[in-house]
Amino acid sequence: MKNILTTSNLTIGYKSKNNTVTIAENLNLNFASGKLISLIGANGIGKSTLLRTITGIQKPLAGHVFLKDKTITAYSPLDLAQNLSLVLTEKLPSSNLSVFELVALGRQPYTNWIGTLTSTDIQKVQEALELTQISHLAKKKHYEISDGQLQKVLIARALAQDTPLIILDEPTTHLDLLHKVSLFKLLKKLTHETNKCILFSTHDIDLAIQLSDEMIIMTPNLVVQDEPCNLISQGNFATLFKDEHIAFDAEKGKFVIT
Amino acid sequence: MANKKRNIFLFLLLAFVLVIMFFVSISLGSVTIPFKEVCTSLTGGHASKSTWEYIIINYRLPKAITAVLVGTGLSVSGLLMQTLFRNPLAGPYVLGLSSGASLGVAFVILGAGFLPSFLSEIALSSYGIVLASTVGSTLVLLLVLVVSQQLRDTMAILIVGLMFGSFTTAIVSVLTYFSTAEQLQKFTFWSMGNLGSLSWSTIFILTVCVGLGLTLSAGSIKPLNALLLGENYAKSMGLNFKRARLVIILATSILAGSITAFAGPIAFVGLAVPHIAKLTFQTSNHTILFWSTLFLGAIIMLFCDVVSQMPGFDVTLPINAITSIIGAPVVIWLLVQKRNFQ
Repeated sequence: MKNILTTSNLTIGYKSKNNTVTIAENLNLNFASGKLISLIGANGIGKSTLLRTITGIQKPLAGHVFLKDKTITAYSPLDLAQNLSLVLTEKLPSSNLSVFELVALGRQPYTNWIGTLTSTDIQKVQEALELTQISHLAKKKHYEISDGQLQKVLIARALAQDTPLIILDEPTTHLDLLHKVSLFKLLKKLTHETNKCILFSTHDIDLAIQLSDEMIIMTPNLVVQDEPCNLISQGNFATLFKDEHIAFDAEKGKFVIT
Repeated sequence: MANKKRNIFLFLLLAFVLVIMFFVSISLGSVTIPFKEVCTSLTGGHASKSTWEYIIINYRLPKAITAVLVGTGLSVSGLLMQTLFRNPLAGPYVLGLSSGASLGVAFVILGAGFLPSFLSEIALSSYGIVLASTVGSTLVLLLVLVVSQQLRDTMAILIVGLMFGSFTTAIVSVLTYFSTAEQLQKFTFWSMGNLGSLSWSTIFILTVCVGLGLTLSAGSIKPLNALLLGENYAKSMGLNFKRARLVIILATSILAGSITAFAGPIAFVGLAVPHIAKLTFQTSNHTILFWSTLFLGAIIMLFCDVVSQMPGFDVTLPINAITSIIGAPVVIWLLVQKRNFQ
């Protein structure tokens, strides 16, 4: 099991003119190939800051993020794009892109100055479409398909970018239970078939417990990474929400209202 | 793929129409010249009347070439703006470049009365006006570049451009309040746009500027395609966003600035043509859009020029009026057809 991304004594947060806000300190996380890892935590706990820091968008307050064997800040935008791909929550600007064209944009780090697709590029795009089971949508415009399908298209785009690590920011937000489950199962399948590391943040904790290889739990005092069953037995989920009305049922593996 | 064949067919058609429009534009005008004589003059032979030859070589040919340069330049700069700002209503005007040029010209024409007489004569010559509008649009360009380095948000630049536009309009109206009828007339004529006042040497300068702008635009095709998914995705796909944005703004400024300097502010072409290209080719791929916008821009500008000639009549209508009359309904129609308004 190879580590793709590791953090060493990472402190995350942000600096404004007068003060420094520290969100979490001394994080030693590792992301190994072939693992599906979920990131959970309450709203506003700093999941986005953590994701932004480990993707190199934001500078750490202290410590380092290593991608393979170099710190992430040492990567040029192009090199980084060949090692790390993203699926974001933001809405796509309106355009006439077809599904195929959208997925093919994932090949940009590899194409020439004008973006010509070689036969290798086209093959990679088709593989990505097949892995996500959306080949039949290839010719549709991206605004003609459902939210669930669009999410798969965006994942296919990240796959086409051919990176050892894919990070998804709340990929299941607008989906119903059926599509949430199928998307999680797809991510699980992709990690095992392609041996990539996939990290995603989510609020669907009970689904994540059942499907993730590892989980990262963010609470105000502690950030832990472990396998879901260990986290349950250590009682980490109980500290997730500070509210008397929510309790974690360790036997069922889900939150209950008291 | 079927799409590919369709695109090749469309491009051949566009090239054909462009050639036809070019000849039509040269053949028609207030003086009727037989088509055969037009061809003779163009191929270097002598027409049966020397005035005809003179009109063709020194008036209509430069004007047709100007129309092609103006049409392609403005349309491509519009395409760049629309993708960069993710705003279908963006165009060369939006950055405030035309406003900057107008302000420069307004100061010269309307303010010339305050200058000593020998200076005001220089200022009011056609060189003075070209210089003023170049200085005006360059100043706005520099302002935009400074602002774009300061602001992370692309939308903010758009708003700065709009604000600058209204600021300029206000200054111009203050200036007109204090100016004479004659000055006002001169400024109004400039603001109506004119394709026909360029000599061969100025056409050369304009060609160099438009050529440079188009080269920078062609180099931005790949970044523009990445930007179709928004800034953050574009960055995650290895795009150096700040540099790409700088090149795109620079290209637009060179195109819009030089064209406005030489031909006056010409409305709607930059806004409408990219949309017509997107509708015709049903794509967002900038490799195709770049070339189709280029062709369509030239064709539509030549067409507007032909219409403004009013073949068979003695009068010539202002080109800016024609582009607005044709362009405004196109934009409204696009808005109504919202589904295709990408």
